[in-house]
Amino acid sequence: MLSFMLRRVGQSILVLLVVGLVAFSMFRFVGDPIDNMLGQERTLEDIERLEQQLGLDRPFPVQYLRFLEGAIQGNFGVSYRQGREVSEILLERAPATLELAAVSAVLAILLGIALGVYTAIRRDGFVANFIMSTSLIGVSLPTFLIGILLIYLFSVELNWLPSFGRGEVVDLGGWTTGLLTASGLKSLILPSITLGLYQMTLIMRLVRSEMLEVLRQDYIRFARARGLADRTIHFRHALKNTLVPVVTIIGLQLGAIIAFAIITETVFQWPGMGLLFINAIQFVDIPVMAAYLMLISVMFVAINLIVDILYAFIDPRLRVAGK
Amino acid sequence: MKTATKLLAAAALLSSTAMVNAETLRWARSGDALTLDPHAQNEGPTHTVRHQMYEPLIIRDVTGAFEPALATEWAPSADDPNVWVFKLREGVTFHGGEAFTAEDVVFSFERAQQPNSDMKELIGSITEVRAVDDYTIEMVTDGPNPILPANLTNLFIMDKGWTEANNTVNVQDFEGGEITYATTNVNGTGAYVLQSREPDVKTVMTRNEAYWGRDQFPLAISEIIYTPIQNNATRVAALLSGEVNFLQDMPVQDIARVDSTEGKGVKQAPQNRVIFFGMNQGAADLEADNVEGANPLADVRVRKAMSMAINRDAIQTVVMRGQSQPAGMIAPPFVNGWTAAMDAESTTDIEGAKALMAEAGYADGFSIRLDCPNDRYINDEPICQAAVGMLGQIGITVNLDAIPKAQHFPKITDGKTDFYMLGWGVPTYDSEYIFNFLVHGRESDIGTWNGTGFDNDDLDAKIKSLASNTDLDARNADIAAIWRVIQDEQLYIPIHHQVLNWAMADGLGIDVDPNDQPKVKHFTTD
Repeated sequence: MLSFMLRRVGQSILVLLVVGLVAFSMFRFVGDPIDNMLGQERTLEDIERLEQQLGLDRPFPVQYLRFLEGAIQGNFGVSYRQGREVSEILLERAPATLELAAVSAVLAILLGIALGVYTAIRRDGFVANFIMSTSLIGVSLPTFLIGILLIYLFSVELNWLPSFGRGEVVDLGGWTTGLLTASGLKSLILPSITLGLYQMTLIMRLVRSEMLEVLRQDYIRFARARGLADRTIHFRHALKNTLVPVVTIIGLQLGAIIAFAIITETVFQWPGMGLLFINAIQFVDIPVMAAYLMLISVMFVAINLIVDILYAFIDPRLRVAGK
Repeated sequence: MKTATKLLAAAALLSSTAMVNAETLRWARSGDALTLDPHAQNEGPTHTVRHQMYEPLIIRDVTGAFEPALATEWAPSADDPNVWVFKLREGVTFHGGEAFTAEDVVFSFERAQQPNSDMKELIGSITEVRAVDDYTIEMVTDGPNPILPANLTNLFIMDKGWTEANNTVNVQDFEGGEITYATTNVNGTGAYVLQSREPDVKTVMTRNEAYWGRDQFPLAISEIIYTPIQNNATRVAALLSGEVNFLQDMPVQDIARVDSTEGKGVKQAPQNRVIFFGMNQGAADLEADNVEGANPLADVRVRKAMSMAINRDAIQTVVMRGQSQPAGMIAPPFVNGWTAAMDAESTTDIEGAKALMAEAGYADGFSIRLDCPNDRYINDEPICQAAVGMLGQIGITVNLDAIPKAQHFPKITDGKTDFYMLGWGVPTYDSEYIFNFLVHGRESDIGTWNGTGFDNDDLDAKIKSLASNTDLDARNADIAAIWRVIQDEQLYIPIHHQVLNWAMADGLGIDVDPNDQPKVKHFTTD
């Protein structure tokens, strides 16, 4: 078991290094940061001085090694655009993204499971069919369009909800939260729906099909024959057995919610890490891009690692040690 | 369900009550200031935010003319042509209550000349700034400098005592990631006082009741909330929903929509920026064309033909939806040296262009790559697409390569493009600025944006002499002569002057500033 885990951890680190290398080799196609950093009045000497100062005149493997060297010591460099430590900026932005992702995930899980169960039980009902067909919208419309449509309806036409930003936030010792103020909560509604809609429909459809499957099993029939109440059968026996694959998917989707918050954050001017990343690309802010990509890949790799190890615990056949 | 309805109704009520306070300017634009240190970054949006709180000696009004700010009078010294004398405004105080005197000006200029300062190039000709008395300053330059005041309009004055007491005498080392007291705190003489700031999220300022111009300017706005909103659609939606009431960086395609919405309006003015194409005429052979062993762009007839093929009126009506002014020279209309006659010299004549092409030996045309940015100017890529079709009419096959500005501009400065789009603004309002960057042959500190390979020693000497020519009539005659050469050589293909749009809620009044730098003290309310 130990050697299995060590092997997995080793593979994960390799994946991280490769992701970083690929990212770094891509950066020079994004453009030249010098041009954004110096005004149009700059001279060629200014350009050379800054290139040297930032180490941009060196080949990219060298730049990459220097980045790794710093990253291992927890130093991600200085943002070209804001002139501040990248780690400080990321820490400042993380609460916004994590809060949005958490609210979206909770929303997606609760609504997804509830609607999935409902549409499975009332398989041929009018409401269930209506939910199923509208859920197609959630799967097929791109996120930015959903965001813009929601803004148009609820901000511009109805004037109910804010179209951008986080509203008033409360600072709890380094963690800013919008969950404690009225305007903060209002600001969360549209972005979290936009971000969670796809995951919600995914979970709903999964729960529905799993539930339909389970409802056909013999033990459900026997339960009915015993004369148990519908409620007990559906929620005590059927739902529990439905949730095993659903939990796996939810775990994997959590990473996706954080990573794909980029688009939602751009549409709603949500001051999180995704918006930071988009700004960084436009400005060719290499330290921020590198740190963000590494952070996201660490997250995905960590989630996959945990899932792998959990599987191995559940299913002994996956342990490689014996064979 | 019932509580949900109630909640929504309460939310609606809350948002509508928040909107009646007309004295708050809720201001959105696409980007934020990069820092608050007055001398650390020379960049448009950063200066705009600073202008509300700090002041320079001189500013420009919306026509481009000088307006006294912290200096009331200025003139070259009668005794020494290398000295400018400034009379300072009396009775001005900083936000912290400190009196404004000559010592603060000397201190601020010395600070702006430090190696880390991004403003040092603009005042590079100043060798000494000395205080004659508390309200008189003399600036000594390394030679006569007739247009020195034009370089001072973004040069902000700090309080010496405050800066020293807070240990922020050194300009922030921006590239080194330094945070100083001055990057997050402000003590200026301006009409608004900093209340709070979260970079990229929100900056709040309130009216300075002790402002020296309290009775001179409307100062109708009591509070400013500045929020960057990057996404165009979201920014416009925020204006339409009333969450913001003043918008810069207005997307062209939404102007009609906003203007026709009740309670909103769009104001416009020509911007200090001209858009044009540059052509590499200096190389013996071009990389990006299909002509071997020769450079078609080196022939002035080809360049003239290309300019004649461009239908500027069509670009104005179709691509820009009226939001541009066709150009015949690469100087914005307020700049010294601009003339209406030269700005009308671009004509469209397909037959004439074809004849010129045939005369130059390119009757069958040639093919070339056009490099174009896609995120810098208003509708930059569509303009290039239109040009592709227009040049096709005279047999020139253009392959368009539209890329982000971060990749496009290095191509021009590194000489890796033969045919490119560029836009230019003139902060000094004088043609010399254009000549120095776009016309003078490329050297390490001059002609840096001249990607045409054009290098004329006589013209270069004339351009260099402008800097110290104090006889303004002779200087203007030289400027006109240089422009004549540029026009006759068809050094660039001018397209148009950009038009600037500011959207605002009804009841707010301000004239659009050609530099895109609103000064909130000018806002009026009904």
